[in-house]
Amino acid sequence: MSAVSHREAASGGLWSRMSLGQKQVIWAWSFLAVPLVFYVVIRFWPTFQAFYLSATDWTITKPAAFVGLENYWRLFEDPLFWQVFRNTFMYLILGTPISLLISFVVAYYLDRVRFMHSFIRALYFLPFLTTAAAMAWVWRWFYQPVPIGVINDVLSSFGIPQQPFLRSTSQALPAVLAPAVWAGLGFQIIIFLAGLRAIPVTYYEAARIDGLSEGAILRRITLPLLKPTLVFLVVFSSIGFLRIFDQVYNINTNDPGGPLNSTKPLVLMIYQTAFSSYEMGYAAAQTVVLFVILLVISLVQLRLMRDR
Amino acid sequence: MKAAASSQGLAMPHIRPGRILAWTLLFIGGVVMVTPLLFMLSTSLKDASQVYDLRVIPEAPTLDNYIEILGDGRFTRWLINSTIVAVIVTLSNVFFDSLVGYTLAKFRFRGRYVVFIAILSTLMIPTEMLVLPWYLMASQFGWLDSYWGIMFPGMMTAFGTFLMKQFFEGVPDDFLEAARIDGLNEFTIWWKIAMPLVTPALSALAIFTFLGNWTAFFWPLIVTTSAELYTLPVGLSSFAVEQSIQWEKIMTGASIATLPTLIIFLFLQRYIVRGVMLAGLKG
Repeated sequence: MSAVSHREAASGGLWSRMSLGQKQVIWAWSFLAVPLVFYVVIRFWPTFQAFYLSATDWTITKPAAFVGLENYWRLFEDPLFWQVFRNTFMYLILGTPISLLISFVVAYYLDRVRFMHSFIRALYFLPFLTTAAAMAWVWRWFYQPVPIGVINDVLSSFGIPQQPFLRSTSQALPAVLAPAVWAGLGFQIIIFLAGLRAIPVTYYEAARIDGLSEGAILRRITLPLLKPTLVFLVVFSSIGFLRIFDQVYNINTNDPGGPLNSTKPLVLMIYQTAFSSYEMGYAAAQTVVLFVILLVISLVQLRLMRDR
Repeated sequence: MKAAASSQGLAMPHIRPGRILAWTLLFIGGVVMVTPLLFMLSTSLKDASQVYDLRVIPEAPTLDNYIEILGDGRFTRWLINSTIVAVIVTLSNVFFDSLVGYTLAKFRFRGRYVVFIAILSTLMIPTEMLVLPWYLMASQFGWLDSYWGIMFPGMMTAFGTFLMKQFFEGVPDDFLEAARIDGLNEFTIWWKIAMPLVTPALSALAIFTFLGNWTAFFWPLIVTTSAELYTLPVGLSSFAVEQSIQWEKIMTGASIATLPTLIIFLFLQRYIVRGVMLAGLKG
């Protein structure tokens, strides 16, 4: 070590006179240089800009003027916003528990299956690899009336009356949610399987020796030990449902978010405010509201799950 | 009862009726899961007169829809666009996220913790909030309607950086120290010694980044205006609107958008499933 640095010091030059630690610091900052520029320009600066824009009346045609909190007051007085707010939470409140319940049940039983295990797992996982924009069209086709729509064809063959699905203000939201739940199950199942497999077998053996029933083992061992996985999936899938857009936009392109705004989520409202009405400042205020909602929901969930 | 008795007789003590029932239900559920994909593919192989025939196996399968749609040139262009965008963004993430993750995991320098927290904090900011400033930036710099315009927001991600940092922390310092004594420079140590030790994490990162960009819709929809620069999802959406009720054409377009990732999965199933598990547990 010291012999090397002596020899290098003798050969002169600033670099060679530095200690190993100093060289490490220089290497580290040179590795970070380009990424830091990226994070400052593409992440931090736009974040501050979004807050600033939300306080302006910026549109495509006229320069931005500062208007304070006016956009927010306008938003909170807009009945469309409250409708959209309700829809966004409906996606969350229906989507997260339903998808987690289904994926847990599937993973719980799939974990015990050896015969054709990876084939069955693949069947559940494949929809996760699809493009949401493309699948929205497939589901849109499914929901058509007879004779085109597969679902109504099946219903009518059982003598069940036709359902309007996407044409009804009460059925459209669950109908739009279904492909989102469907596409996300595979991911959740894989994560649950990984979580289940991480539980040491000895816990189960001990429980069986103690004579615990399967139900008791599930309640007292499996679920408590699965909590980190559960917390991750609840937060992850909630954020996904609160940000739903691709499916909603594509499943009803004639009137995105329709009928009568009954399926419109916040991200679609943001898109339309910014790129159909060109009210960029107002749209920016909506994005800030979305940010606050995501932050609050994540923090509340993390707190609740940690306490229990 | 009879089944239990005979199974004991056949020396298969582990197969119980409950297991068989569970397996059957799981299998049926799995078939239901892929039904939309089967209908999509089967309809893409039908001509217009057969669309209302809902049998899954087409009576007279034909590739005419594919020939027509791919022959018109737009889908080929969108396929190429999506491939270029997804591949470049993936390579960029694999390079930069692991470089930053490695630096934060293995170097000791003042400011390291601040940099880590700063990068991690960007995870809390939803893309939707950055989209308007990005749009403004892109229009000021002339990036609208260009490959770079589609790609620039995703060239590095905090998620990838965090994932790679976690894995580089598991690489023993002795390996790197040995390379340092051999006189390798720090860049070579990272690239030649450390990177090969975290290949499972790299493949997980690559899979997620590729898939995310291949299926991305929101930002490409905003930043592209001319059809030549659409990515596959945006192109498909505009194509489907224009076809209105020609479902066999729309299903062919949807199949073209979906098949590449499904085919990749068939070849790389083990790596993809392992990658999802790794990213989910460590990320």
